[in-house]
Amino acid sequence: MDTLFNFLYASIIASTPLLFGTVGEILSEKVGNMNLGVEGMMWLGAFAGFYAAYKTESFLISLLASFGLAAVGALIYAFLTVTLKANQNVTGLTLTTFGIGLSLVFGKAMITAAGGAPKTSDVFNAKVAAINIPVLSDIPYIGKIIFGLNPYVYIAVAIAIILYVYLMKTKTGLNLRAIGENPAAADASGINVNLMKYINIIIGGGICGIGGAYMSLVMVNGSWQDSGVVNGYGWIAVALVIFSSWNPAKAILGSLIFGMFSSLRYYVPSDIIVIPTAFYQMLPFVVTTIVLIVTSIKKNKENTQPAACGINYFREER
Amino acid sequence: MSNGSKVSTGREPLIRIVKREYNNKLIPGLIRAGALILSIIAGGLFIWAMGFNPFEAYKSIIRGALVGSARDPMSSIRSTIDIFVPLCVTALGLSCAFKMKFWNIGGEGQIIMGGVFATFFALNYPQIPRPLMLLIMLIAGAVGGALMALIPALFKVKFGTNETLFTLMLNYIAIYIVKYLIAGPWQRTPGFASIGKLDKNTYLYEINRQNIGWIAVIIVVLFVYFYLYKTKSGYEVSVVGESQATARYAGMNIRKIIIKTMLISGAICGIVGMIKVSSNHTLTEGIGGGVGFAAITVAWLSQLNPFIIPIVSAIISILQKGSTVMQMNMGISSYAADVLQGIILFCFLGSEFFVRYSLVFNLRIKEAK
Repeated sequence: MDTLFNFLYASIIASTPLLFGTVGEILSEKVGNMNLGVEGMMWLGAFAGFYAAYKTESFLISLLASFGLAAVGALIYAFLTVTLKANQNVTGLTLTTFGIGLSLVFGKAMITAAGGAPKTSDVFNAKVAAINIPVLSDIPYIGKIIFGLNPYVYIAVAIAIILYVYLMKTKTGLNLRAIGENPAAADASGINVNLMKYINIIIGGGICGIGGAYMSLVMVNGSWQDSGVVNGYGWIAVALVIFSSWNPAKAILGSLIFGMFSSLRYYVPSDIIVIPTAFYQMLPFVVTTIVLIVTSIKKNKENTQPAACGINYFREER
Repeated sequence: MSNGSKVSTGREPLIRIVKREYNNKLIPGLIRAGALILSIIAGGLFIWAMGFNPFEAYKSIIRGALVGSARDPMSSIRSTIDIFVPLCVTALGLSCAFKMKFWNIGGEGQIIMGGVFATFFALNYPQIPRPLMLLIMLIAGAVGGALMALIPALFKVKFGTNETLFTLMLNYIAIYIVKYLIAGPWQRTPGFASIGKLDKNTYLYEINRQNIGWIAVIIVVLFVYFYLYKTKSGYEVSVVGESQATARYAGMNIRKIIIKTMLISGAICGIVGMIKVSSNHTLTEGIGGGVGFAAITVAWLSQLNPFIIPIVSAIISILQKGSTVMQMNMGISSYAADVLQGIILFCFLGSEFFVRYSLVFNLRIKEAK
């Protein structure tokens, strides 16, 4: 029983950056912009969040910094794809290259200045440690996995729920989904298509950035390494968007399942079931591929990519 | 807005966007040259902001990529070519699919599977003589890459499965297949995730200590050019890319064209995998090394032109090789290459807008005053 709940706890911890990345990307894809720069934006957030934490020891400033720098990355993407109608796939991939490069260049400068791998202070580490709400977190088994998590987990879930309500239950959300499905119709009905695209792409990018900060501050114990901070999580997030069928609420469950995949291998008794590590790591991608295929076979219009996603909207070329 | 605006008819925007009509190629050339200059300046500002001398940095990059040591003047060029060949060939392969507007993001996975298939023969039949072995590895690599490309193509034509996401996922599946192989069935020494060094008869031939991978560039450039521009199939590819409805109306078999083109695209990428294995003398999980992704941007920057792709690939290769030298000389992280590459691409992506359209400033408001 203990093992099961430890497994769940580890899965939640591993799933959180994925949840940030996924809901950020959902927001962008819902307005019709597939941003393959998630990995890059997470890297930007990872650096900015770390640097702010390292310098100021403030959780709030670190949070804002990670959101802010990733949002700047998303702004570049938005300017190129929305205003200048550049190809979305290429721009997104470029943002990934650029984001990873920039973070590692800055990171290297930070290491040089610190004369070794910089570490966040104990004061800051305490702020991002598990909160452990008194009494409640002492409830056997479920206490720890509901009330004993670090602040990012709660922020991620809150953002996912807020975005769910925003996208599915508000008028603005309806407008926003209209843009993703049919921008010309949305434009004709008086929605400011470009402005909405900008706002949502940028906010989505910023959310991805917080996920990156989580990885540099929580998952690698608050020390900046020269490489391997985000480690492909951004790409898994792109996959998770499909898995959660563009729904932020389902993304909570989806990322938890993917988190389980990544922590599964530490909990499967290796003396009984022998599966090579690579297969565990491959699992999320295989499952996503299957989901992708199944949804395309079922031709389920409800749970697929927004119809205009990936295609730039240009009013003068209707 | 001033009072004068009342005179103008309705609310006309201040700036209008008009599609350009060209009779010459001068203006697009000038715009792209402008983008290049802008990116060099922006990159220089970045280096300067990091506290380094941009002129010295650029010099270090170019010298680092092209000028070798006194004892071996060709050493730098050799390693630049080793970066150039995979990038260029992959971009050429991807351009076939892109011409059809089929988003093959799976170059990385196709390279990897090409490498895996080639390695299979290298490991299991070491007694085959070198020329025959290289030929078999080449074919195996092409088959591996083609199969990897065939999967998403089949699902695309049968069910309309999104190829961008499908090929993207296959990249990761391929990486973990290699990880599994080198830590499992193909492991040389227990405890080390490595297949060790391959036998000498699997190595690419060398001329002046440079492996002959570059021959692939020449062959593939010509092949892609003739295929896309001089054959009926190539013509069909561009029709499908322009409009599937037109292709259908003209009686073309769109499914067959998509599958055939993806097989070619994947096979070319697979050959890169073979070249990598045969010149690295081993198979590692880093065999793709992001080339499949970089090649996408190269193909796009080159406007899918098979003669421009080698030029753009050369620029990117010089940047990447040169940056490693710059890191040693100046202490800037070699990842600066990625930043500079990103800046160049951003500028070019943005400039395409001005190639296609021109801005017309609406001055009638002032005239009405």
